[in-house]
Parts: sequence; structure tokens; C-alpha cells
Amino acid sequence: MTAPIQLLFQGFALGCIYALVALGFTVVYRASNVINFAQGSMLLVGAYLVSVLATGLNLPFVLAVIAAIALLAAGGAAFQMTVLRRMLGQPVFVLVMVTIGLSIVIDAAIPAIFGGNARILGDPWGASAVSVGGVTLNWVRIWTVLCTGLILALYFVFDRYSRYGLAMRATAADEEAALAVGVPVGRVYALTWAIAGGVAAVGGLFLAGFPSSVNPALGDAALRAFPAIILGGLASPPGAVVGGITIGIVQVMSSGYAPAWLGTNFSDVAPYVVMILVLLCRPYGLFGAAPVERV
Amino acid sequence: MTAPMLEVRDLTLRFGSITAFEDLSFDVARGELFAVIGPNGAGKTSLFNVLSRAYVPTAGSVRFEGADLLRLRVSALAGAGVARTFQNLGLFGELTTLENVLIGRHHLMRSGTLRSGLWLGYARREERRHRAAAMEALEFAGIAQYAHAPIGTLPFGIQKRVEIARALAMEPKLMLLDEPVAGMSVAEREEITALVRRLHRERDLTLLLVEHDMGMVMRIAQRVLVLDFGRIIAVGTPAEVQRDERVIRAYLGEEIDPGPAERSPEAGRVAEVRR
Repeated sequence: MTAPIQLLFQGFALGCIYALVALGFTVVYRASNVINFAQGSMLLVGAYLVSVLATGLNLPFVLAVIAAIALLAAGGAAFQMTVLRRMLGQPVFVLVMVTIGLSIVIDAAIPAIFGGNARILGDPWGASAVSVGGVTLNWVRIWTVLCTGLILALYFVFDRYSRYGLAMRATAADEEAALAVGVPVGRVYALTWAIAGGVAAVGGLFLAGFPSSVNPALGDAALRAFPAIILGGLASPPGAVVGGITIGIVQVMSSGYAPAWLGTNFSDVAPYVVMILVLLCRPYGLFGAAPVERV
Repeated sequence: MTAPMLEVRDLTLRFGSITAFEDLSFDVARGELFAVIGPNGAGKTSLFNVLSRAYVPTAGSVRFEGADLLRLRVSALAGAGVARTFQNLGLFGELTTLENVLIGRHHLMRSGTLRSGLWLGYARREERRHRAAAMEALEFAGIAQYAHAPIGTLPFGIQKRVEIARALAMEPKLMLLDEPVAGMSVAEREEITALVRRLHRERDLTLLLVEHDMGMVMRIAQRVLVLDFGRIIAVGTPAEVQRDERVIRAYLGEEIDPGPAERSPEAGRVAEVRR
């Protein structure tokens, strides 16, 4: 009876990582309609940053994680302010192309700097686990769930109650009106990229945890988070969380229970199947709203 | 005699070879309720868009309290003391009424991203203070009961009042109102007219109103500027303006003799550019 619970927990932990990746996507998309194709690469940078800070510079792990979050958040904001801001007034498509460019640069730079081999993360929990009633819970997954919960709670409080959270929501709803009432929209965009960077650092760090490692293929996880954001609705942060966790659970459960005739890697396909089924019923995602245009 | 709040000098706006308006010069005194009227296509909305920094004029200057208004960015206008409303509403559909008003106070809030993110005591006190001020503005507009309703569910007339409440909550010195009663029922017009009048009487505000509805303007404005074909044809009190020959011809038109023949009806008329 313990196997399904075990898989459910694994799926939930994986889903938490997807939720963080998806949150990074939706925060940027909601404010500026830009799909950030570099989100996966930012994840990769996050994992390497933690690894370098923790194992290279021998910082205490907690400090390394905090520093990585701060650096990647600053990097995200700096990229928005120095590169994307110059594209102001261009079609959104141009900005999307720039993010693809950024992802190519990062994906090529990481192996060039660190080589193609896996690095160790330097996390204190490694492969250790605790057993609860016959269910093995890896510490890395427990921390994944706890940290994701904390970050999501912080994000939603920030979004709901803070001055800049309100400014983000206003910018998302009507950029021109936001400018007119004195919202510094440029700063709001930079902030969304900082948030995308910060959550990417945490997502990357846990993605690289046991049984994986810090390696150049980590960024592909963003592709697997894609059904999550479509499922939840592109512009909805709560949708990102629900979508991410659903996809994580679907993927792990199908890897455990899919019948053999479906093939060995059906678990990679299953999230897309779920996505398509949901979109058939709700074309704008679970939390998405059909766009209403005044004509 | 104090310096005027708004000084407009030789203001001209052209789109290519089309002239929206040219050589406009007028002053708006501190505390005045000033209205700009004119027939369709006279250049009212274009003038409004220049004053609210949506358009960059071709020539001329606009000084607000002695400083060059045209050097301010749109998002800096609020901080300088200029608030505006939109003809077709500039509200945020996903936010509640109170949040829509609260966002207007962004420029008055001091705690930065980090402090507001970390939810420290100072930020929380500040937040409470601003919420109270936003509620006060809603009460002034008589719509406090809708504070927690999602804005999208409210009727147009109420939404308009939310916009005015937001502009009020921005604590401006100058409020620009873009056709506040356009597209409204008679009852809604009365409510908005009364609200604008009350704003002017009870608050320390200068109001500049662009309006198509002659009846409303003549009842509440202290001075009226009449535009036609992008030029000023009269400035004065409502009574003076209403007596002016050219105004009667241009605006109240039809039942009077249409006037000299050089006014070819639509040829020179500028298509008002709307968003």
C-alpha cells in the first residue's frame, strides 16, 4: 500500500519544482505578454551558481542559496533593464526572440565554462531519507516541498498586499492606465524579471538534487513545465501552481503505473495528454479567462 | 494675482500634414473649473492627450506651476500633481474597486520593494493609512459600498465615479477630466455633474474638463474655452461664451444661419485620433 503514497509524494515534490518554473513564466507573461524562453536556462544558471558558491567558494549552504537567489534576481532585473528595455514599443514577438537568444547563449556558455560533466551541488542532505510508516521520504524532496510552500506564500502575500504587487496586477490589466496613475511600469517589468530569476534559482537548486546532479541538461525541465503553464492558464500564478503540481504528479504516477504497451517513456508524454484533455474543455486553461475585447 | 496653474503657449499639434490644433494659448488659474468644449473634431481630445502627455506637441509650451510639463514622463505626472480620468475608462479589470483607487496612491507610498515585500511594521502602517485615504475618496464619490466588489461587475456610471475617486485619491493639484459624461444616461450625467461640482467646491483642486455635453459645461464651468477647427474661437464665462456669435455658429449651429460659405463642412475637419 505504500508504493502509491511514495509515488504521490515524489510527484508532488517534482510538481513543486514545476510550479516554481511555471510561476517564473507567468509572472513575466502576465505583466508584459512575453513568454520567457530563457526561464529554463535561468534554472540552469541557478543550479550552477549554488554549486559554485557552495562547493567552489565553500560558503555555508544556506548562504550559498540566498546569494544565488539574490544574484539571479539581480541578473534577471539587469537583463530586463539593459536589453529588453531597449525593445520598448517593438512587437512582443521581438522580445520573445531575444529571450530565445538569451537561452541559447546561456546553454552554450555553461558547458563552455564548466565542461559537460556533472558537478555536485554541495547540499547537506544528499541522498539521505527518512522513513515514515514504510514510505521513504528523501530529505531533498521534503525540503523542496517546504521551500516551495514558503516561496509561494511569500509571493502571494507580496502580490496581494504590497504596493508593488498591486502595481504588477495593475500593469497586467492595463499598462497605459497604470502609467497614467503614476505606476513606474518600467520598474514593474524589472521586478517581474527579478522574481523570475529568484524562483529560477530555487527551482534549479532542487532540480539538481538527488537523484539528479548539476549538469547542462537541467534546463530541459522548463520544457516539461510548459504543459503546466498552459494547463493553469498562461497569465495566472495560482494556475501555475496547480498546473505544476498536477503535471508533476501525472508524470511520476504514469511512470509507475502506465501499462507496458504504452512504451517505456510514456511518463514524458502523459503531461501533454493531460494538457490537451484540459484544453479541450477549457481552451484558456484552468484559471485562464477568455480575452474580452472592446470593439 | 498669483501665477496661473497651467500656462499653455502657442501649442500646436500636427499629424503629418493634418493639423489637430495650432497656436493655442490660454491660462488656467489656480482653483478654477475650466472647460474646453467644441464640436466633434475640433481638437479637444488631441489637446487633452497633449496635456496628459500621451501626444508630443509639434510646437509650443505647457507650464504647470511654472515648470515645463512637457519634460515630465507619463508616470511622473502623478508625482508632479496631475491626475487624469479616461473617456473610455482606465480601470484595472482584475482588481477590486478599493484596489483600483489604492493604486492611484502608488506615487505617495514610500516603502520600497524590499520593505513592502518583507512586510515590516512601517510598510504595514503606511498601507493602512493609504487604504483609509482610498476609502475616504470612495466615500466622497458616494460609492464606498462597492469597495470590495470586482470592478468589472459594476455599471459604467459607477465605474466612472471610481475613476474620479481614484484621481482624487492621487491628491493632485490639477485634475484632467476627459469627457466625464460621455455615453451616460441622463440620471448618470446628473450624478457625475454633481460630483464634479462638489469636487471643485470642497477640495483644493484645479479642474480642467474636456467635454462634449454643452449643458453640463454651461452649468458648472467658471470659464469655457471653445475650440473649432483646432483654433480657439472664444474664452470666457459660460454666459459670455453663449452669447458669442462665432460660438453659436460653430457649436450650437443648426437652428441659426450656418454663416459664411468658406466653412466647407467636413473638408478641413480633423479626424480626431482616438485610441
